[in-house]
Amino acid sequence: MLSPVTDTDGAPFWEYAARGELRVQACGDCGEPRFPPRPCCPHCQSFASEWRPVSGRGRVWSYVVPHPPLLPGYAEQAPYNVVVVELEEAPRIRLVGNVVARAGAPLDSVAPARLRIGARVRAVFAGGLPQWVLA
Amino acid sequence: MAGPGIKDATAIVGIGQTAFARHLAEDERTLACRAVLAALDDAGIAPGEVDALASYTMEETDEVELAKAVGFGDLTFFSKVGYGGGGSCATVAHLAAAIAAGQATVGVAWRSRKRGSGPRPWTNTAVQLPTPAQWTRPFGLLRPADEIAMLARRYMHEYGVTRDHLFNVALACRNRANQNPAAVMYERPLTREMYMTSRWISEPLCLYDNCLETDGALACVIVGRERARDCRQRPVYVHAAAQGLPAQHHGMVNYWNDDPLTGPAWAAARHLWKHADLTPEDVDVAQIYDAFSALIPLSLEGYGFCARGEGGAFTEQGALETGGRLPVNTGGGGLSEAYVHGFNLVNEGVKQLRGTSTAQVPGAAACLVTAGEGVPTSALLLRS
Repeated sequence: MLSPVTDTDGAPFWEYAARGELRVQACGDCGEPRFPPRPCCPHCQSFASEWRPVSGRGRVWSYVVPHPPLLPGYAEQAPYNVVVVELEEAPRIRLVGNVVARAGAPLDSVAPARLRIGARVRAVFAGGLPQWVLA
Repeated sequence: MAGPGIKDATAIVGIGQTAFARHLAEDERTLACRAVLAALDDAGIAPGEVDALASYTMEETDEVELAKAVGFGDLTFFSKVGYGGGGSCATVAHLAAAIAAGQATVGVAWRSRKRGSGPRPWTNTAVQLPTPAQWTRPFGLLRPADEIAMLARRYMHEYGVTRDHLFNVALACRNRANQNPAAVMYERPLTREMYMTSRWISEPLCLYDNCLETDGALACVIVGRERARDCRQRPVYVHAAAQGLPAQHHGMVNYWNDDPLTGPAWAAARHLWKHADLTPEDVDVAQIYDAFSALIPLSLEGYGFCARGEGGAFTEQGALETGGRLPVNTGGGGLSEAYVHGFNLVNEGVKQLRGTSTAQVPGAAACLVTAGEGVPTSALLLRS
């Protein structure tokens, strides 16, 4: 399974995730949240930023169900779901993830037929990654 | 005040290609040389006259290797365009701009690729492909098909686009390939039954929503309009050209802005039509980038052939077929002729305006060619 290959801008997201916290980057001056993280604010060009805690509540914006050929590890769990979740507090921030039965459960632990665009989900954490459970 | 610009200042006067197949024995450099020499022969221009080159950043054969192999003269302009299939039309656009500006006189654009017998790029996890992979790959969003399927699902949900609409796209491409002896799928008809029962690649996209995996190479030759009149073939003029990278765009994973269902096509189209004497209604035939079937309805919206959300419905009643509202991908496209990062769409556009396509649209005088939607893109408006 692939681990995130982080960069300077993205590293704080993963550090918070490893502690079980979902945080997003926001401008330290105008307050606008942005994703993916980047050096400065596209709205006001400020280089000041903060990592703002969010509730972890969101809705499924879209999802796919990959089938092989896939990388080993993923192929063994296929077909599984990958979702894009719109965060309740910042609808333009849409996080890619997996809906699972419970924190740490396999990628195929929820039947794809149970997923719908618009379904409410909440974040859980396992192995340093955010995951999503149906709320 | 704007200068004279590139409108009709240059023309494509030569096209060349190798065979297309799942596996070709020759290496990419040899295939590149063959396609380039075929295009120059088609134009009636000697290799020593070439002074400009353009290709893709993903092209394996660089300018030095190509120039010394086929015997080019002094090169005074060479450029490469990024973003995979988004760069196809931009290679021609860069040459048109360079020639119109006086930086060169004879340009060659090319793409050579062994995507059929070579490795799938996404299987190389040691390199970061041009997507923010940390936000997607760990969760199993691994391949271009998965990334575009995510947008396709949302697109289908918002606008009521169905799998039958995507089938209409796949079928039109396959039907044209069935008329084109050079197409990989020449002798392989497609039925609705085959489509609806095929295996999934990434739901909601099935096997037939995905392009081929092909070995092959193509090239074209572009010169100024004065020179074009003296060439062997009827000139096909570059009427307008554009690249497009819209604000807050994120490449293949364009999930993080206000409106993910409008993409680079919209930005390229705004520039293209602003600089053209033509409108979408004047386009007789279109070659629309089709790494995935869903990119065609999206592009139909982006380039203004229909309103937002109407791309699926546009495909109904045989609209994309010969004799329909807008025949597309008349050589079979990436879905059924060959997937060579969209360069076969450029050459097919030239064939239509010469009147030599295997699925000729009678009297075709204007052809839109587009590059990959879902990545920073480019487009050409060609006229005879």
